Amino acid sequence: MKFAIVVHGAPYVDQASRSAYLFARSVIQEGHEIYRIFFYHDGVYNANLLSVPPQDEAHIESEWATLGREHHLDMVVCISSALRRGMLNKTESERYERDGVNINPIFTVSGLGQLVDAAIQADKLVTFGV
Amino acid sequence: MSKSPRTINSQESFDALLAGSAFGQCSVLFIGNGIYQLLGGQRPEPLGVKNYALGFSALSDYDVNLIYCSKSQLQLLNMHISELIIPATQLTDYEINQLIVQHDKVLSF
Repeated sequence: MKFAIVVHGAPYVDQASRSAYLFARSVIQEGHEIYRIFFYHDGVYNANLLSVPPQDEAHIESEWATLGREHHLDMVVCISSALRRGMLNKTESERYERDGVNINPIFTVSGLGQLVDAAIQADKLVTFGV
Repeated sequence: MSKSPRTINSQESFDALLAGSAFGQCSVLFIGNGIYQLLGGQRPEPLGVKNYALGFSALSDYDVNLIYCSKSQLQLLNMHISELIIPATQLTDYEINQLIVQHDKVLSF
């Protein structure tokens, strides 16, 4: 079965991001396919390259990046949500002349069309976050 | 749509609805605090916030004509359907259940 996963919550702020991650991992372990993971609203913060959590705590952003890399996942961050929240990849940072890059390059920055496409193409769409 | 209008999430949800309507048939359901998004007479300008609710009147231009709201929530909030910016069909809780079942995919906001 093909899943689309939508993440609305920022890491740590509530359980949404953690639950989404564990669900994504289970989808793969159970032998299903993840069509796309779309990060919207505060979910864009899961792509943060610069977070430094305490050493004895989980590093959610890094776990997403590892999962994405190991399983070649299509992880997309919504461009309008990201820009508004100051989450920029290299292209956007240059375009808007900002002094830094904080989106992990494993995440693609794209538009809402990717969310709608995922909704149409996947068998099931699951949203995490209030 | 379940959140009150003065959250950025509600404005972004509206963007998602417009994006969806470009690809296929979309229905939109307002439940919980989401009903407040439809309340007429909103003037958020003094807050320095965009009045995205003005966009609701243009939904028919995007072929979004299936607009629903929770009857029980309207009653709970002591609101009348005439106070809404756009016409919406009131659904009972059971009918909301049926509406969701009838759709291929549901985006929750």
